[in-house]
Amino acid sequence: MTSFPTDLTTAQSVEAGTGDTSEAPAAPAAGAVRAGAGGTWSALRRDAGAMLGLGYIVLVTLVAVAAPLLTSISGWTPYAFDQTAIDPDLGGMPIGPWGGVSAEHWFGVEPGSGRDIFARIVYGARVSMSIALSATALTTVLGVSLGLVAGYFGGRVDLVISRVMDFLMAFPALIFMIAVLSALPASNRSTLLVVVISVFGWPYLARIVRGQTMSLAQREFVEAARAAGASGTRIVFREILPNLRSTIIVMSTLAVPGYIGTEAGLSFLGVGVVPPAPSWGQMIAASVKWYAVDPAYFVFPGVLLLVLSFTVLGDRLRAVVDAQEGR
Amino acid sequence: MSLLTVRDLTVTFPTPRGPLDAVRSLDLDLEAGGALGIVGESGSGKSMTSLAIMGLQPRAARRTGSVRLQDQELVGMSEAELRRVRGDRVAMVFQDPLSSLNPYYTVGLQIEEAYRAHRPGTTRRVARRVAIEALERVHIRDADRRVDHYPHQFSGGMRQRVIIAMALSTEPELLIADEPTTALDVTVQAQILDLLQEIRRETGTGLVLITHDLAVVSEVTDHIVVMKDGVCVERGPVEQIFTDPRHAYTRALLDAVPRIDDEIGELRAVTADGADAASSRTVPETNGGPA
Amino acid sequence: MPRFLLTRVTSGVGVLLLVCLFTFLVFFALSPDPAVQICGKNCTPEVIDQIRGNLGLDQPFWAQFFHFAVGIFAGRTYGAGAGAIECAAPCLGYSFQSSQAVWDMIVQRLPVSATIAVGAAVLWLLAGLAGGLLSAVKEGTFLDRFTTGLTLTSMSIPNYVLALVLQYVLVVKLQWLPFPQAVAFADDPGRWFANFVMPWIVLAVGYAAAYTRLTRANVLDVLHENYVRTAYAKGLPQALVWRRHALRPALTPVVTIFGMDFAGLLGGALITETVFGINGVGKMAADSIARNDQPVIMGVTLLAGFLVVVGNIVVDVVYTAIDPRVRVNA
Repeated sequence: MTSFPTDLTTAQSVEAGTGDTSEAPAAPAAGAVRAGAGGTWSALRRDAGAMLGLGYIVLVTLVAVAAPLLTSISGWTPYAFDQTAIDPDLGGMPIGPWGGVSAEHWFGVEPGSGRDIFARIVYGARVSMSIALSATALTTVLGVSLGLVAGYFGGRVDLVISRVMDFLMAFPALIFMIAVLSALPASNRSTLLVVVISVFGWPYLARIVRGQTMSLAQREFVEAARAAGASGTRIVFREILPNLRSTIIVMSTLAVPGYIGTEAGLSFLGVGVVPPAPSWGQMIAASVKWYAVDPAYFVFPGVLLLVLSFTVLGDRLRAVVDAQEGR
Repeated sequence: MSLLTVRDLTVTFPTPRGPLDAVRSLDLDLEAGGALGIVGESGSGKSMTSLAIMGLQPRAARRTGSVRLQDQELVGMSEAELRRVRGDRVAMVFQDPLSSLNPYYTVGLQIEEAYRAHRPGTTRRVARRVAIEALERVHIRDADRRVDHYPHQFSGGMRQRVIIAMALSTEPELLIADEPTTALDVTVQAQILDLLQEIRRETGTGLVLITHDLAVVSEVTDHIVVMKDGVCVERGPVEQIFTDPRHAYTRALLDAVPRIDDEIGELRAVTADGADAASSRTVPETNGGPA
Repeated sequence: MPRFLLTRVTSGVGVLLLVCLFTFLVFFALSPDPAVQICGKNCTPEVIDQIRGNLGLDQPFWAQFFHFAVGIFAGRTYGAGAGAIECAAPCLGYSFQSSQAVWDMIVQRLPVSATIAVGAAVLWLLAGLAGGLLSAVKEGTFLDRFTTGLTLTSMSIPNYVLALVLQYVLVVKLQWLPFPQAVAFADDPGRWFANFVMPWIVLAVGYAAAYTRLTRANVLDVLHENYVRTAYAKGLPQALVWRRHALRPALTPVVTIFGMDFAGLLGGALITETVFGINGVGKMAADSIARNDQPVIMGVTLLAGFLVVVGNIVVDVVYTAIDPRVRVNA
């Protein structure tokens, strides 16, 4: 998880500790690149944990993508209130067992509002996944490019970029995110969430990329490329970047669960996705209020499983990659 | 009397594709004060042989055969007994001097602990003296100051001397050196080899030198064992091996070394089956020969 | 060494100033007119103007920032003449909500956050180090795999969820703990302690999981190092090899990471404090954000940034003490 672990403080430990070393996988042996992909996949395929995790992720992705289709089958949108499913005399308690599960409402209804939980979960998956994946993509682009540049070119460029990274990492990100998000208007909230999360997230990846770039830049194959007349950009993108491929994949996979958690946390605090749009974080927040009387509403296992799946996948991926590089 | 007698040493690893012999049915003989060279390319099993002699092979591996140090049989010894032998009667020097020393502790401490582990009751002051003397013996100047330095404060060659000093501090009967000069540059190599020879002369310690470098082995050792794929393909006195190699692989190894007085021609590669690429002759594999 | 320290401190100060500037800028741009906020209802334009003048809000941005920054080091005077207010250094302004000095508010609540941080840290270090060592020693066994599964799951649970569930289970259902209630240590030590048990556990769980994995990974890495092989080759007893040659290199990175984590946590565990209703710096931050109490938000942000920067420096210094390779030697 790059950067947003338990209490959303800058816990280096969680960022570092989800894998096998206090840094990312060691800078790989150059040339191991080409042989990499096929072998990694087949090794991963044999790993039960990784496959289970991947399976769940694929499932959630499919659900998220097919959300409109699914809700048209189930018959309820995430926003429609079904007053018949809740009992106003009991303060809005869902009627029926398991929080109102019925043929009409496959996962029951939301207490108090009567909205269909299945629809909200399905659309919530969309929101959570898209935000987390976008943030990961943006973080990866920023982190990798800035890390490469800082690591390879060194000197003043490195100094500036490193200072910026220090600055961003010293920032109490959570406080800042909450403050900024609550101060800005609610339109484009999702985009804003992605931007804000990425701004504070990229330094963690960049730092690792920078470190590995610096050690790779010392290697002979880079020297050879330079002697052959390759320009800096070319070396960076054609020689060094491919060798970082496994690191990037592992760190990105491990970043996703962190961002899912961050988005859920922000929504929990009320500054994330704006209601009535469904979000898993919001649903968790709401469900906890009702936990005592309607435990079936407690939605969090879905989030937990998704986060766990990504974490396990990333962890197994890192183990496989490390083993392949002969550590 | 024979210092080291190895018979039928076999080290087997379990792999997904079935058991693999890293070393198979190896015999070795070393006299007291003698020097034996084990030569081979990467993967020939030479390093594993040295580890197996000390009982340091990986836990997953299975070791069978006999390893006798003078009259003591090492195979089958308990871990506690082996620990008394290691570092005391048999000492080992490894290939990479930088990573073989713990960067967090001074070299003095690392030499002292080796000594004190085998001479219980030694005080720190005595151990420190031993460490300083050990450093002096390997010609490290200013030993009484440098004994408190950390490994990273030494150059590569000096680090290897430190390791040799550490190995010799307990006055072992046998010193096993696994590629001691490979990580060093050529001039330093020569110095280390000279040091090893000097030590042999002065202390009469037996030496097993493992290397892929024929030049190294020709200088320091009396007998050579050539290994390929875990087995010994040829053995004999140094001069004989160099002037009259019998096995195709040995010959290929020798031919692969360019000589300054050769005519200009193709550099011959050593092929997988051990035959000289340019030669059509094949000689049946000898599994060792007259010692 | 002093020169090294000097560079780190100067760059730390630089980073802090930047944090300060950046935060100031964002709030300057985003927040509604504070004077109106302070004035509240029944306001007249004259009062608003007077407040603006006192707080210096009518000045250009850079002037405001300058005064603020100087105030941190040298104190500051708001207003002029008879009604002037002296704000002693470090002056972080006054809360829009309560008119209390922000610095005082922080100082008041810092011990609480510190207690949470220290208690959680003790728990997670013990659990993490022990767990990691045990897993490493028993690598590959069922215990190891079970621990791995446990840690991965623990890291996947959002801590607010854990907090709420724990509270529900321990307080409501099992009634093992009373509802959290603010009480001084001197008055009722038992109650005081009980207040912190759940926050300690909630915070410790996530970190403990991470530290277990970190320690385990480090120990396993070190055990494969060549110098450990050398130690065995020297015939050293296993306990000594472990204690001297494996533990110290393995734990060194953990120590430095801990420094950073702890420093960050001292700045307040926002979510945990909010969920448990604990009056620490974190909860103050959450409340002030909700109420748009800009000076308090600034103060808390600066505090957190300061702690991280200091933590960074301390960690660097400690590292040079521990790892001989890093020392600038004579």
